Amino acid sequence: MKPKLVVIGNGMAGMRAVEELLERAPDAYDITVFGAEPNVNYNRIMLSPLLAGEKSFADIIINDLSWYADNHITLHLGEKIEAIDCAGKKVVTAGGAKLPYDRLLIATGSDPFILPIPGAGLPGVVTFRDRGDVEQMLEASRRHKRAVVIGGGLLGLEAANGLLANGMQVTVLHLMPNLMERQLDEAAGYLLQRELEVRGMEIITRANSREIYGADKAEGVLLDDGRRIDADLVVMAVGIKPNIALAKAAGLTCERGVVVDDHMVTSDPSILAVGECVQHRGAVYGLVAPLFDMAKVVAAQLADDAAAAYEGSVTNTRLKVTGIDLFSAGDFSEGEGCEDIILRDASRGVYKRLVLKDNRIRGAVLYGDTGDGGWYFQMLRDGVDVSGMRDSLIFGQAFAGGGRENPKSAVAALADSAEICGCNGVCKGRIVTAISEHGLTSVDEVRAKTKASASCGSCTGLVEQLLQITLGDGYLGGPAVKSVCKCTDLSHDEIRRLILVRELKTIPAVMQELQWKSADGCATCRPALNYYLLCEWPGEYCDDYQSRFINERAHANIQKDGTYSVVPRMWGGLTNARELRAIADVVEKFAIPTVKVTGGQRLDLLGVQKDQLPEVWKDLNAAGLVSGHAYGKALRTVKTCVGSEWCRFGTQASMGMGVEIEKMTWGSWTPHKVKMAVSGCPRNCAEATIKDFGVVAVDSGWELHVGGNGGIKVRATDLLCKVETAEEVLEYCGAFMQLYRQEAHYLERTAPWLERVGLDHIREKIVEDKENRARLHARFLHSQKFVQKDPWAERASEGVHAHEYRQLEMA
Amino acid sequence: MAEWIETGKVTDIPRLGARTVQAGGLRIAIFRTANDEIFALEDRCPHKDGPLSQGIVHGRSVTCPLHNQVFHLDSGQGADPDDGCARSIAVRVTDGRVFLAPAPQQQAAE
Ligand code: SRM
Ligand SMILES: Cc1cc2nc3c(=O)[nH]c(=O)nc-3n(C[C@H](O)[C@H](O)[C@H](O)COP(=O)(O)OP(=O)(O)OC[C@H]3O[C@@H](n4cnc5c(N)ncnc54)[C@H](O)[C@@H]3O)c2cc1C
Ligand code: SF4
Ligand code: FES
Repeated sequence: MKPKLVVIGNGMAGMRAVEELLERAPDAYDITVFGAEPNVNYNRIMLSPLLAGEKSFADIIINDLSWYADNHITLHLGEKIEAIDCAGKKVVTAGGAKLPYDRLLIATGSDPFILPIPGAGLPGVVTFRDRGDVEQMLEASRRHKRAVVIGGGLLGLEAANGLLANGMQVTVLHLMPNLMERQLDEAAGYLLQRELEVRGMEIITRANSREIYGADKAEGVLLDDGRRIDADLVVMAVGIKPNIALAKAAGLTCERGVVVDDHMVTSDPSILAVGECVQHRGAVYGLVAPLFDMAKVVAAQLADDAAAAYEGSVTNTRLKVTGIDLFSAGDFSEGEGCEDIILRDASRGVYKRLVLKDNRIRGAVLYGDTGDGGWYFQMLRDGVDVSGMRDSLIFGQAFAGGGRENPKSAVAALADSAEICGCNGVCKGRIVTAISEHGLTSVDEVRAKTKASASCGSCTGLVEQLLQITLGDGYLGGPAVKSVCKCTDLSHDEIRRLILVRELKTIPAVMQELQWKSADGCATCRPALNYYLLCEWPGEYCDDYQSRFINERAHANIQKDGTYSVVPRMWGGLTNARELRAIADVVEKFAIPTVKVTGGQRLDLLGVQKDQLPEVWKDLNAAGLVSGHAYGKALRTVKTCVGSEWCRFGTQASMGMGVEIEKMTWGSWTPHKVKMAVSGCPRNCAEATIKDFGVVAVDSGWELHVGGNGGIKVRATDLLCKVETAEEVLEYCGAFMQLYRQEAHYLERTAPWLERVGLDHIREKIVEDKENRARLHARFLHSQKFVQKDPWAERASEGVHAHEYRQLEMA
Repeated sequence: MAEWIETGKVTDIPRLGARTVQAGGLRIAIFRTANDEIFALEDRCPHKDGPLSQGIVHGRSVTCPLHNQVFHLDSGQGADPDDGCARSIAVRVTDGRVFLAPAPQQQAAE
């Protein structure tokens, strides 16, 4: 009699192993297969096109009933195995029948992970794993309109796409900031999100689902932040977990999966395992390629080829959403000795990133043009040394390997008809002809003659390369304006302009659309971008606090010993007994070593431990004290003198004016710090003429001075104009702040900004153009609505960024 | 070899950020990159003892908050032209949990 092989699991891995076995040793075993699903073995991957209506079930069957019959396989459909009796070498079915085996193959796959939140068990909540799930979703789409998919990974997005194709309104809730974060970096995640949104999908990232609500069926999802998203269907696609229940109960060694050795044998020598349920060398897999490699080894083992071994797999992923090309493989995180090669072609929506280490491809992310995915993957797997084609590698197989030395050659190799400037439809031939015919020598001249790079500017680099190629040494060089940092060739002004005209609203959007050369920027460009976005899109842009320097992140100034200083706001330099008492109490309670009067007319508490900051702030808040932003590229102080309230020479109430200005401007984020002062008479005790905005009272009104600077290079202010009323002071002040916020480069104080653009320019915008002044002022006040919230209170009492102030513990 | 000690979950650390943990006399900074890679360094800049945990994380590097020197997270090595080296601490992630193996003080002293 032949030995008996029993297979638990009629899925892709189990049946592939059987197919491989039949090929090697057709008659070696008497084979019985148990499958919990009521279907023959089908291609699970194709459930996505099945849901989207691109395929029928018949199209995706791998082994139909006749295949089982032809190969003399006994098939038990819809029959689950309940237990394994290892000692007795028997399996127990749900019906209680016991079947003996000589060799057993466990191929139970995975179970969808169900979020342990209230309502997860309601009718109307489905997972996306098998044909039954697809049927349920199709049924729901016929009767209902709204679906929510929890999970923005591969499965979730494919489900969402399918439901959209069936006419549902779909919202995807994703916990992380970018989609498919395990396979994609931020740039590709951004492109994908944009494309899906264009197709009509609503995507909410950083969405933490708290509960599925509904009386007797799902009616929507409640998020952590209180938002409710109504839905008739909720698809949970948050991940899978290996289905190890049977194996575990039978006493086989299990960790995350059923542990197997290189021969695919479990801790019981007569039991093998294959597929997603398996853990091999610490890894579990969720894709078919590794399962197929495993199946070969299982078959070889069963056919007595004891040497056959599985050594783990490198995997790659493609998203199966028709019309979206996306490929990811290997490890694309940066590392020491790792080099990034990045190609961003914003007009075609293409992003490619290769990570090299020791001249070998270590990871690849391709979006928009995935034609070379297979080629890169092959080289990744085989560890091919790419130094010979390094510079043209990113252009793909067609360009590489041909002995071309650098990327310029790739541009040189483009056909004359190749489009360079997508916005204006200018091809390479026209640019090259214009350069030689008209003797053009700069990008500006090419722009003027051909319009190439005159619109969005994203092809500027290509135009430069064409100048280089055409003129050779005759080309004198790149842009005269300095770029922000080595991550980009663009200047501050160009970036600000492009953020506005292209409506870029996130840091990844800027980096992708403006073709950043590094993956996530550096300590120079990230804070600048964060500021530009914040300034351009008040109320809309979501502040990226990891792109801020520590002082602004922690809302306190870091000191040389790693402690912090705390400077509460003293409006216009005024304080009172209650505030002073609160400060004195805090100093004693927390044993703060130094209290100092600052040069900005307030008190500085120095040497506070970071983890004490929220407590210190809480006590200060209780007395009405708020953050002084002494740490920020923000409004700092408004110094005042005593003025007509007390001084025998005072002509106007400078203290009151100072307080009003500070109340209007506090909390504002600016390119660099901003300091103001109000003096009550031309004796100018508040030193208003070395401030960014200085006000000096005179008999007939107020003189407004701008662009002063103490510090490294002292600069006295220029007189902007004279006004009569307090309202005018406030309006001019707000308008000046806004103009500075909109025009200055990040980390440029008002003094160098003024010298760059000229006092006349500022007068023109603020003094001469009344309407513009009102617009600027209104825009400033609009921005202020979103920021005038004490950051200390948010952290002391509302738990914002609590992790910032707490250490982790050693277990 | 020192023991592996659990210090919390990957998600306890903000992306492109860091948290610190105290191991006896040693303060350790645990960093998380945009791609959820985890690294650990002694929280002390080789330049003037700046707390590296407070710096800006970008790629696989951190910029010290005090004087902007840049260090590789995986080795602690200063990035060209910064040539100091921060002490690197063995770290391992299993099932989303972070384990550290801080070597005993004396060994690291040289
Ligand atoms: C605390 C204080 C000194 C004091 O004890 O008086 C101070 C302390 C620092 N100043 Fe200042 N400046 C202080 C008033 C000033 C003043 C006087 C003023 O505001 O009237 C000036 C000259 C006026 C000016 O800015 O035009 C001043 C010009 C500077 C400069 C040079 C700026 C420039 O444009 O050249 C820097 C460097 C920088 O910002 O890059 C600087 C930077 C710093 C930093 C932030 C250095 C740093 O990055 O750590 C110091 C922070 C210490 C801390 O943690 O609190 N500090 N600093 C003053 C805080 C005022 C406040 O209440 O907020
Ligand atoms: C919608 C979708 C899209 C996918 N897209 C891709 C893709 O593009 N690329 C890719 O590589 N992979 C993709 N995958 C993953 C791929 O389908 C799986 O990796 C593969 O199917 C796993 O094979 P398996 O045999 O281990 O598990 P399965 O195919 O799940 O088979 C396991 C079978 O065992 C049965 N079973 C479990 N317990 C018992 C029991 N006690 N008794 C009897 N039977 C039992 C189950 O009912 C199931 O039929 C996708 C998966 C899904 C759901
Ligand atoms: S003058 Fe120099 S030392 Fe003094 S607080 Fe300002 S930056 Fe620090
Ligand atoms: S202390 Fe780190 S750079 Fe100076």
